[in-house]
Amino acid sequence: MSEPSIVLNNPGPTGGTREHDLILSVQRGQHELFYELVRPYERRVYAAALAILRNEHDAEDAAQEAMLKAFANIRQFRAEARFSTWLIQITVNEALMRRRRERTVVTEGIDGHRSGSGDEESEYAPRDFADWREIPSEALERKEVRQRLAEALGTLDRKYREVFVLRDMEHLNIQETAEALGITVASVKTRLLRARLMLRDLLAAGWEQGWFSRLPFEKGNKPW
Amino acid sequence: MVENQRLLNCEQVWREISNYEDGDIDAGLRSAMDEHFRGCKRCASVLAGTRNVVRLYGDERMLEVPAGFGQRLEKRLEKRLARNAAGSGRGWSTWSAWLVPVAAMVLIAGGALLTNSLTGGRLMRSYHAKPANNIPPDLVVVVSDGSKLFHVPGCAFIHDKASERTTTAKEAMRDGYVPCTRCLRQYLKTGLTRHPGAEVADSGATADAEDEGEGVLNAARH
Repeated sequence: MSEPSIVLNNPGPTGGTREHDLILSVQRGQHELFYELVRPYERRVYAAALAILRNEHDAEDAAQEAMLKAFANIRQFRAEARFSTWLIQITVNEALMRRRRERTVVTEGIDGHRSGSGDEESEYAPRDFADWREIPSEALERKEVRQRLAEALGTLDRKYREVFVLRDMEHLNIQETAEALGITVASVKTRLLRARLMLRDLLAAGWEQGWFSRLPFEKGNKPW
Repeated sequence: MVENQRLLNCEQVWREISNYEDGDIDAGLRSAMDEHFRGCKRCASVLAGTRNVVRLYGDERMLEVPAGFGQRLEKRLEKRLARNAAGSGRGWSTWSAWLVPVAAMVLIAGGALLTNSLTGGRLMRSYHAKPANNIPPDLVVVVSDGSKLFHVPGCAFIHDKASERTTTAKEAMRDGYVPCTRCLRQYLKTGLTRHPGAEVADSGATADAEDEGEGVLNAARH
């Protein structure tokens, strides 16, 4: 998949004029500014690579390689999406290419223990219907909570995990997610629904195991 | 898509709950789902849990990188920059490397032109003419308008006899004629035969091997 063409007049929510100026400067030859340009997206680039490769070492290498490719192709960045989207799409391409090369998809595809490895077309019914309340974002300050969330995400089947990460963690829109993964918009929507419902059930089970027991919820109420 | 203004069951709500959360449904369906959530604690629970999932995973803090990730990335970028800088130097070297073959070609072409000019710039009437030496310059020969060759008088291979005229070998060669390989073959091999007492003609003279169907090397046999 070729790198998308992008315009600078919509630098994105975290970009603004500063990002726009940085892009122009790098394009005009001030290459030493490139790291400053991509630094805000380090985490997102790494997360996208990790969602696809499932290996920290491979993900870091793919993320670095994607950054280098973005650097090499920075002059082609001139169309309409955000710089971050362009960067993420390059990363997804790089990670997918590596996965195809290493054929990790074969081992993962036969893993029957992963959540939602069933038929994508079949309906997914939620399993837990307890009372709920909103979980405060402060919960994420606790490393244990972040770890549990990451583990739950890691149990999802690849096709659901990739869509969920790009859409809900990288904040690509549905169309961008479909283009990045080379699937249809309808598939993105179906997989996203299942991923969200599965994670909800997984985390509800986590509640039963006391993951959030020290959070200030009202007695008897579950967050899921 | 579920029809507007109709009561939805839970399965229909679950099917659309992700689109509902993303605002990707029409107003009628949204209104119907809102109505359903007000009366169904189970679906309200599903919606709330889904929202928690989207909100928590969407938080920047969920995007953790390994320790030292930024430094390693920066270092790798610096390496690439350094290589690119060196690469621009190599670019000049690559460009300059072209100078060598180009200069060589210019020298060769110049040498060829120089050689040609030293031969007197004579226009050969036969493209395939070969150098012919040792033809006595004052040898009487016959030329004709219809041929590129000059012959000894009486040669059976003179063409266009109507326009034939006599001249010397030196003048014939000056005018671009080349010796006939039949009647003058004895002169077409250097030093093999010499016209006694004759001055050696211009070594730039040529013989046409193609027209007469016989190579100059055969002259050695005479």
